[in-house]
Amino acid sequence: MQGFARRHPVWSLLIALAAAVLAWLIFAPWSEGLESVLGAKRIFLNALFGGITLGALYFLVASGFTLIFGLMRNVNLAHGSLYLLGGYLGFEVSERTGSWLLAFPVVFLLVGLLGIVLQHQVFRRMEGEELRQTMVTIGLSVVLADIMLWIWGGQSYTIFAPDWLFGPVTLPIISDVRDSGEAIYLRYPAVRMAILAAAIVIGVAMWLVLNRTRLGMLVRAGVDDREMLSASGVRIQYVFLAVFAFGAGLAGMAGIVGGTFQSLSPGEDTRFLLASLVVVIVGGMGSIPGAAIGALAIGLSEQMGLVYAPTYSVVFTFLIMAAVLAFRPQGLLGEAR
Amino acid sequence: MAVVEDRRAGVQPMWVERIPPVWWALGLILLTMPAWAGDFILFQVMGWTFILGIIALSLMFLAGYGGMVSLIQMSVAAMAGYMVAIFGASGVAEISMGLPWWLYIPIAIGVAALFGTIVGALAVRTAGIYTIMITLAIASAFFYFTRQNYTIFNGYSGFNLVVPPQLFGVDWRQAVPFYYLTLGCAAICYAAVVYVSRAPFGLALQGVRDNPRRMAALGFNVTAHRVAAYTFASVIAAIGGILLVWQNAQIAPGTAGIPAVIDILVIAVVGGIGRPIGPFIGALIYVVLSTFSPDLLTAFGLSGERFNLLIGLGFLAVVFFSPDGVLGLWERWQARRARMSDPLKGGGA
Repeated sequence: MQGFARRHPVWSLLIALAAAVLAWLIFAPWSEGLESVLGAKRIFLNALFGGITLGALYFLVASGFTLIFGLMRNVNLAHGSLYLLGGYLGFEVSERTGSWLLAFPVVFLLVGLLGIVLQHQVFRRMEGEELRQTMVTIGLSVVLADIMLWIWGGQSYTIFAPDWLFGPVTLPIISDVRDSGEAIYLRYPAVRMAILAAAIVIGVAMWLVLNRTRLGMLVRAGVDDREMLSASGVRIQYVFLAVFAFGAGLAGMAGIVGGTFQSLSPGEDTRFLLASLVVVIVGGMGSIPGAAIGALAIGLSEQMGLVYAPTYSVVFTFLIMAAVLAFRPQGLLGEAR
Repeated sequence: MAVVEDRRAGVQPMWVERIPPVWWALGLILLTMPAWAGDFILFQVMGWTFILGIIALSLMFLAGYGGMVSLIQMSVAAMAGYMVAIFGASGVAEISMGLPWWLYIPIAIGVAALFGTIVGALAVRTAGIYTIMITLAIASAFFYFTRQNYTIFNGYSGFNLVVPPQLFGVDWRQAVPFYYLTLGCAAICYAAVVYVSRAPFGLALQGVRDNPRRMAALGFNVTAHRVAAYTFASVIAAIGGILLVWQNAQIAPGTAGIPAVIDILVIAVVGGIGRPIGPFIGALIYVVLSTFSPDLLTAFGLSGERFNLLIGLGFLAVVFFSPDGVLGLWERWQARRARMSDPLKGGGA
């Protein structure tokens, strides 16, 4: 952090300024002049929080994708199918047992197992052949999508959150001030706050595991130099299996989250695959903090775009990606290889 | 001049004689097809095969000779189709300008080539798998943009009643004229790709594919060659796109949706991206499967909707067992037969 500030004083100043402006926009009550330019503060806050929550969901999907790619150079274009499969399985579990929370470990295990099968049976046979992996996983995603369409049909499903997450919570942020001077605080769905909190917890936990544990050390070493790690006696295939299972399980759990605050239907798999692609391109391949920044940027631009320029919200996402590619092809936090 | 030709003829046969008999047979079958095939076969099966083959051919050119697997080709084709609908005549009179055909066809090809070149300029900053991801992301952005934009692309419904011009008193949307139109375009595109692949530009491009560093050291502009390859491939894809919009008589965002983009990759890979004939073989397999698989599937007691499962499994089998496609299988089979009959290398072993 301090190193960054010393190396890039201008950039740090700009980032600090932007953060200050954002904090002021969030916490200070808006004057009438500002509201006439940007619309009601309530709308801005809702778009902002919606964007952050969507970013959290994207992060859950994309972090597994970026981890798998960063460590194994495996291009898993069936990642979106794992997401959708996790969502459908979570729906079944929570419908049959009535427990929303139980769905998470069950789906994590099931989709993680599928991930192990994928890594062991598919990717190990074609290590280093990126193009072939791409083709095979595209074929797999076509097959999986059709099987899921077969089982669950074309209608859309929504997973219901438990009662204790139902309804809104009041946040200590002023959204509006009445004429009488009484402040109205922002109310926001509790489920979304829970998702946001969970994503932050998972992100921090991943960072801790990667940077503070022996397994994380192995994974980081594997990202840097795979041959050297296996030459020093580490059974790298087991590390690969563990990472692939974790990434797949994470995508499956993200499916439950996505099914709770949006819906599950055929086509969501490609949507989330593309979202993770863009997130990872923007953030940099193989970087967890990069995935977080990319997910936040894409989620925010999508939601803000929906509110302020509904026709072109997709174009904003695309423009961010094109700008990153044009000026930093390896992604914001990616390392040039 | 004549002396030179005579001497050459004495050493090697004329170029006409060097064409293998298989090609003569294929040409004869294709040219006489309207005499013995029905309108459905001509228009739906063969016409669609040639169109998909042309679009997949542009992918094959980039992937096979340039080493760049681009998923943008279907979007480029759809862009050309949209331009035909916008600058030509369509059922949406508020947007379509109704220009004559000799104006809107060059405009459509030009705009599509420009689009493909811009995407290519972005994509060549990356290599290998990144190219696939970036072109896939741009292709999906194109799909969502056309679906949301109503002022230019007419949003969700797209354009209908886009028909080829009545030229020389022929209705080009009739089965037989359309068959010959697509056959002619496919033959021209095929010849163009074969020619360019042997021209200095194509050879340099293959050099760039094999070793970009060495080519750069030799003084070739690697990036420029790659971008130019995108431009050439975009022109071919644009021709396919124009034919596609004429065949369907309509164009909508779904024309370049993600499944369609993936289908082009499937076609090129299943046929084989090593040689320009591959995409046409892949397209024929794809079209025959998609046309007749409902009957086949119901015969096996499955619902006809499981077409994608069939395509996906077939694609999986091909990439699993033969990375160079059906053509690769054929070549390996021939090599094995040649080895078996060779007495020196042992017939029985």
